[in-house]
Amino acid sequence: MFKRWLRPTTMAAMVALAPLAAMAQETPKQGGDIVVTYKDDITTLDPAIGYDWVNWSMIKSLYSRLMDYEPGTPNLVPSLAESFTVSPDGLTYTFKLRKGVKFSNGREVVASDVKYSIERAVNPKTQGPGAGFFGAIKGFDDETGGKTETLSGIETPDDGTVIFHLSRPDATFLHVLAINFASVVPKEAVDAAGGDFGKKPVGSGTFVLKDWTIGQQLVFERNKDYFVKDMPHIDSFKVEVGQEPLVALLRLQKGEVDIAGDGIPPAKFLEIKNSADGPQMIVDGEQLHTGYITLNTKVKPFDNVKVRQAVNMAINKERVTRILNGRATPANQPLPPLMPGYDKSFTGYAYDVAKAKALLAEAGFPDGFETVLYSTNTDPQPRIAQAIQQDLAAIGVKAEIRALAQANVISAGGTEGEAPMIWSGGMAWIADFPDPSNFYGPILGCAGAVQGGWNWSWYCNADLDKRAVAADSMSDPAKSAERTAAWGKIFTDIMADAPWVPVINERRVVAKSLRMGGADNIYIDPTRVINYDAIYVKQ
Amino acid sequence: MVFLTLRRLVQAALILLGVAAITFVLLYALPADPARMIAGRSATAQTVANIRHELGLDQPLLVQFDTYLANLVHGNLGRSYAQKTEVWTLIIARLPATLVLMLTGILVEVILGLALGTIAAVRRGGFVDRLVMMASFVGVSAPQFVVALLLLYVFAVTLGWLPMSGYGTFAHVVLPASTLGVLGAGWYARMVRSAMIDVLNQDYVRTARAKGLSSHRIIFRHALPNAILPIIAMIGIDIGQFMGGVVVVEAVYGWPGIGQLAWQAIQQVDIPIIMGVTLTSALAIVIGNLLADLVAPFIDPRIRTR
Repeated sequence: MFKRWLRPTTMAAMVALAPLAAMAQETPKQGGDIVVTYKDDITTLDPAIGYDWVNWSMIKSLYSRLMDYEPGTPNLVPSLAESFTVSPDGLTYTFKLRKGVKFSNGREVVASDVKYSIERAVNPKTQGPGAGFFGAIKGFDDETGGKTETLSGIETPDDGTVIFHLSRPDATFLHVLAINFASVVPKEAVDAAGGDFGKKPVGSGTFVLKDWTIGQQLVFERNKDYFVKDMPHIDSFKVEVGQEPLVALLRLQKGEVDIAGDGIPPAKFLEIKNSADGPQMIVDGEQLHTGYITLNTKVKPFDNVKVRQAVNMAINKERVTRILNGRATPANQPLPPLMPGYDKSFTGYAYDVAKAKALLAEAGFPDGFETVLYSTNTDPQPRIAQAIQQDLAAIGVKAEIRALAQANVISAGGTEGEAPMIWSGGMAWIADFPDPSNFYGPILGCAGAVQGGWNWSWYCNADLDKRAVAADSMSDPAKSAERTAAWGKIFTDIMADAPWVPVINERRVVAKSLRMGGADNIYIDPTRVINYDAIYVKQ
Repeated sequence: MVFLTLRRLVQAALILLGVAAITFVLLYALPADPARMIAGRSATAQTVANIRHELGLDQPLLVQFDTYLANLVHGNLGRSYAQKTEVWTLIIARLPATLVLMLTGILVEVILGLALGTIAAVRRGGFVDRLVMMASFVGVSAPQFVVALLLLYVFAVTLGWLPMSGYGTFAHVVLPASTLGVLGAGWYARMVRSAMIDVLNQDYVRTARAKGLSSHRIIFRHALPNAILPIIAMIGIDIGQFMGGVVVVEAVYGWPGIGQLAWQAIQQVDIPIIMGVTLTSALAIVIGNLLADLVAPFIDPRIRTR
């Protein structure tokens, strides 16, 4: 969350492997200093706390984790770990650490640092948003409940070995060890920072933070001791904050900026796209994102499945993509197309006003009804909400739009009986890691349908919940395909109950200068947005 | 004079206390739950409850306010929810930029406003007067965003005379200060014009004219000092406003001032920062007005006898 820290983390995932071929054609050059801009301040670089799409990529580069991903892909590889083994029952993971890896304070990384870092992320005192990801580790409940400050499920028999004991099989556990919250930090540096570790980060990643002038800029320099040879490619990157996207774009065109992190403002998109350098400047990639309308199953008349289905048929999704200048594709199921488990053959509810009206009449609302549609108040979300409002009017449903600050919409969604409909734009779900389970629990499962939860449809289907748990227990890699299929079926089966109107899968746009090299999928990396480790400057 | 100053200081303290109380209640009444937002979307109810407890949000409102005031007295504004850093550190980091922009912006405003207002008053009813008044009307009603982008486009992008954004050198401050100055000067020009017209009709001006003084001397020596008083009060108000942040101008020029900080904090419902910035700008308004009151007697000795 975030934006904003409140906006779902943009961990885009782009599975298209085609650009990898392009990447192979060009050998990355070493060296060069680049300038990156963002509108908002960087909030924190503490890996246990940072959870917005801007600091996510920086944290990835400052620290290392047991597992990581091949640049530009969702393929997991050992990183700080040299190797690992999983017990046949899927409950014990044993990792051997790479030797001689050093924190930027000079000390060698040992097994107890891994244990400390994860315990710190789970500790309620840290107030980190990532604690829940480690729920499968034994002793998790004791630590979050405040009974202890350690996790009984993590064992460190020697400096080079970490063993995790899980309380239930979790097929996503290796992904969990690759997310930022599992980044390894040295205890002495955390203690020395006195609660300000997010401003004084110490890690063992590809970069180190050289300077941070609050409100102005951050300078990251290459970690000369990084354990992978020839990584990163650039010598340094300077992040300038407080830069209006429009101005950042002008500066990019003048050559003062290399990456405009906030992308291209919609008003400028076509102009840039059609300019001579446009195709080289724009990086336009799919991400693991779905924009949806929630239909609150606990509010009348959305407690009637026919009404929800009618609304699904009434929304003109093509028009919404036009509002976004075509930077999206219509969606028909909760999972985005690039997510494993996405069902290509599933068609969902087609746009059919006549059928929607008939279904509504069948449900007992021949003249429609009045309701309320919530949306965030930042452009273009209110305009999309208006398009939805017009579509609803066509079947006789009068929806009053409440465009509020994001925090207020989230709050209304998490209050039972409060928000009949919410357009999720600006807050919509983007996967934390490329696995379908990440699209279920908090937003469609029973666990999220609680006060303050993110399941704004308040949809709870015990049968589907059971199938979800079963799917996540298939941690044997040999069963991976079976597991993915099981997940895919869960999401298409959900659509029979229609708790959502899946509307669009949004694409992400980044603008880069002509001197920047590298394939598109390292600028819109599936797991880290901009992959600062892999980008390079063409000499 | 000492008594006046003391009385104003006590008043100032009361005003600040009032601002603190009102902001606190308003923010507490917000439906958005900071604990929920910090906890993130994957958090369990237990985690949210833990965070709420850590932040002291489960305490009664009065207890929270009491704690807040106690910390405030010790100069502790609390810790940002999102950045987990002392609010004071964040404000201090941005204060120099805000002060620079405030001073230069007001300087441009005053110089432009005085000049235009005086010319308009002297040429009252004429073409120049109408032109100035029209320009000032456009100035006060033009959106900051449009003017800022326009200046940026002309002077930074097209002509390339000045940097597009940033902070640190004199060149950086020219465009933001000019934007504020051009837009704010309208008010000053109108104020100066009406005060000048008033003064120019006074008997002593007529006497001065009768004595055969040059019009130059009449305007600068006799009329302007007497017309300048309302301007002092306006500067006092501007100090407060600029300290509260000129969000749009700061955003366009990438100026690292307090306005940016406040705007980002509002979007994140980062209550400690919002509280801190509100108090800082309230303090600035109080100080600005206090200064205006204290300076006025030096310009117009009659005020002292009141």
